[in-house]
Amino acid sequence: MTRPETTETQQTVSLTIDGSPVEVRPGATLLEACRQMGTEVPTLCYLETLTPVNVCRICVVEVERNRTLVPACSRIAEEGMVVKTDSDRVRHSRKMILEFLGSSVDLSAAEDEVGEWMEQYEAEPGRYGPQSEPTAAGERDRRHPGHHGEVNGRTAEGVHQPTKVDNTLYVRDYSRCILCYKCVEACGIDAQGTYAIAVAGRGFDARISTEMDLPLGDGACVFCGNCIGVCPTGALMFRSEWELRRAEMWDPDTQEVTRTVCSYCGVGCNLELHTQDNRIVKVTSPQDHDVTSGHLCIKGRFGYDYVQNLGDVDRSSIDEVLAKARRPAPE
Amino acid sequence: MDLRFTDAQPTAAEREAVESVLGPAGVESHQRVRTASNLRIFATGMQSVADRRHLLLPALETVQSEIGWVSEGALMHICRELSVPPAEAWGVATFYSLISVDPSPPVVLHICDDIVCRRAGALELMEGLEANGRTPATRWLPSPCLGQCDRAPAAYVQRAGEEDQVLSSIDPASRPIGPDGSIPSTNGQTDTSAVPQAGEPHLRLLRRVGTVDPRSLDSYLDAGGYRALEEAVQMGPAALVAEVKASGLRGRGGAAFPAWIKWEAVANSPDPVRYLICNADESEPGTFKDRVLMEDDPFSVIEAMTISGYAVGARQGYLYIRGEYPLATRRLRSAIHQARRAGLLGESTRNGVSFDIDLRRGQGAYICGEETALMNSIEGLRGEPRNKPPFPTVSGLFGKPTVINNVETLCNVLNIVTDGGSSFAASGTPQSTGPKLFCLSGSVRRPGTYEVEFGATLGDLIALAGGLPEGRRLRAVLLGGAAGSFVLPDLLEMPLTFEAASEAGVSLGSGVIMAFDQHTDFGDILARIAAFFRDETCGQCVPCRVGTVRVEEALARIRRDPQPGDLELIEEIDLAMRDASICGLGHTAAIALRSALELGLLE
Repeated sequence: MTRPETTETQQTVSLTIDGSPVEVRPGATLLEACRQMGTEVPTLCYLETLTPVNVCRICVVEVERNRTLVPACSRIAEEGMVVKTDSDRVRHSRKMILEFLGSSVDLSAAEDEVGEWMEQYEAEPGRYGPQSEPTAAGERDRRHPGHHGEVNGRTAEGVHQPTKVDNTLYVRDYSRCILCYKCVEACGIDAQGTYAIAVAGRGFDARISTEMDLPLGDGACVFCGNCIGVCPTGALMFRSEWELRRAEMWDPDTQEVTRTVCSYCGVGCNLELHTQDNRIVKVTSPQDHDVTSGHLCIKGRFGYDYVQNLGDVDRSSIDEVLAKARRPAPE
Repeated sequence: MDLRFTDAQPTAAEREAVESVLGPAGVESHQRVRTASNLRIFATGMQSVADRRHLLLPALETVQSEIGWVSEGALMHICRELSVPPAEAWGVATFYSLISVDPSPPVVLHICDDIVCRRAGALELMEGLEANGRTPATRWLPSPCLGQCDRAPAAYVQRAGEEDQVLSSIDPASRPIGPDGSIPSTNGQTDTSAVPQAGEPHLRLLRRVGTVDPRSLDSYLDAGGYRALEEAVQMGPAALVAEVKASGLRGRGGAAFPAWIKWEAVANSPDPVRYLICNADESEPGTFKDRVLMEDDPFSVIEAMTISGYAVGARQGYLYIRGEYPLATRRLRSAIHQARRAGLLGESTRNGVSFDIDLRRGQGAYICGEETALMNSIEGLRGEPRNKPPFPTVSGLFGKPTVINNVETLCNVLNIVTDGGSSFAASGTPQSTGPKLFCLSGSVRRPGTYEVEFGATLGDLIALAGGLPEGRRLRAVLLGGAAGSFVLPDLLEMPLTFEAASEAGVSLGSGVIMAFDQHTDFGDILARIAAFFRDETCGQCVPCRVGTVRVEEALARIRRDPQPGDLELIEEIDLAMRDASICGLGHTAAIALRSALELGLLE
């Protein structure tokens, strides 16, 4: 990502966060300032390697003389600002945002912090009522903006729907999507430059979509998997992980992560091979690795089968499951 | 960037429609440019794309209006011509309710079932249509407020290949459209505005309404039109900004922000490229005052924009009008055309001012009335509001310093120029200067647009509209629109000024005064308001996207079987939406609802 350049001659900006003075570089965001002084601010749609879109709003903080709360991820620190990161208003908004997400989205595969924040902010997503029935495949993709069905309030409407499985490399489970825009940014301007996906529709029916909701292979997707790399909730997932989860065999506790260098070309991308039962089940790249910033190409991300040819002799049970991931349609 | 398109091709008619906007098909040369300041604006990454991306919505709109829907072939053709990634164009097309990406019959009726229309027979009208079924030639959809509350019920009609139109004062027992899509000429067609005060000598904003032919520049000139521009040129830009400052003019779109602050900031900007936008996306339920100005006095809007553009140093203006205003659009387009021909608009006018206006039509999205969403919409992006700061005066349309004002706000500039800022400031009250238009609707004898000097009370306005019909008692007023709040008759003595409203904890909003009598089903009205915000939120930020849904659900529970804690839950949701949403839609979405519940209107 490109950070805003500063032309100010000033060396530092002084502000107060939770009563303590802090000095930051000109152009630093409030989030940077908070992190610099070790103050924890939750984020979902923010990632160091992407342009801030400030849509999840969980990072909101209170700034004196501002009518509303402000998103720490994209608000630039100003001289003399007085910031509160844990006021009642801040806590309330964060709690409600967690409840809104928890009551409408499946967060069971989200980053661990989400569960911790739920406790920390005493969020009770269940108080909006039982989850609405999942919609039929493709139903949400056909909704027309400006219209919605009858609302009776007996259930809390959610985005639950069948997983989109249209290729052998990764799945899109939009029941888990919080619309953080990270995948769109990673696919487009901030990393890959492919623009295979965008936000479509409007309001609660807004969704991540290819053009005309085409299967990934029929659109512009180049299967770099960089969208998976940035997804905070498991909505985008390796097909192998998805199959193992379905078989109730996904076991992060027994997994090992081995850092290595991609063997395909000379760029030197670092890979993290996630292995379970001595099989590669997922590939990531360290976000702080200065060659990749966490992004890879299709070969580095998915081209690992040559090291673990799943032969037809002596199949262990994990191979059975991983073999399912090779079939175009799910079973 | 390696764009990938599907093989779908446009039909000859679709090709022709796209060509009418984009010019002959050709191949753009691509030059890769990224800007550090705002990666999202030029999200497609290429200068040539960024340059023409703003034509995306006009191209989609033209295909929609000529063909009746946007097919894959048409979408791909537009994408190829503009080098827009198809997924992004799909995201834009599916954002607007007036654009259909599914095959549609040639005639589509959007029947307003919003607050006023539903009480004036819209539900009965829709029931009749439902019973008659839908035909291959026509179908109907419910619509949010169409800005025709002074002549409810109303419908907006899209007709493929023909001019769209609005039907108003429809007989609820009638069938406004035949099975073949034909429209009986006797039903619901009128192009006269309800301005009961028309012709009264004290009027300033409405003085030409009903007395000057809105289709004729000569008529406008004969009535003193364009004298303000002459005077403005003699005064010069700096003096103009000073006069607007002296006038105390505050925005009439809803936020009441002092106009001069925006003007001064842009006028003093070091950037030579600046824009002026007239926000004519009047979509706040219950609001129709700007439509009256645009339909009945379109030249004043054009002249006011020219003066304002000249004052702040903008050479290009944009007039963004909601798609559901076809008559105003036609009148304004004609006015722009006539003004250009007469040398009053364009590259170098006879007054020495270089200023031109591009008219852009919204395509059915309330959120695009939010200033930064409107800018994104013009730029060919989804109409999602931007985070502020930076404010539009610093980084607005195409990242340039931009003044954006509401139609009524700009029209006041004419009087400020001819009468002087101090004279303007002498009318009204010290903090609410000048004349103000109010939109009276609901349970009043003469609904319509009324002009008063700031200081008139709520009771005065209702009296101007003839009071309530025989046998009706005032139960409550919705002040300021769906984003405003309900008030009880005990506020009838309240002067309708920014300061008095603020003191009472309410807002004048866009000037909506919707009266409700003792027979009102407030539960039904609140449900419509909750549904409106849920339909119209852009969906970008979590508090508003989900909060509006949870409010609607909570209200449904309250209407069915109120439980302790229901009201508190809505308050909690409202607080988060107010505090954490990106824009004003989320900040105001639950205000009316809360006010009604707190005032006991549901009991």
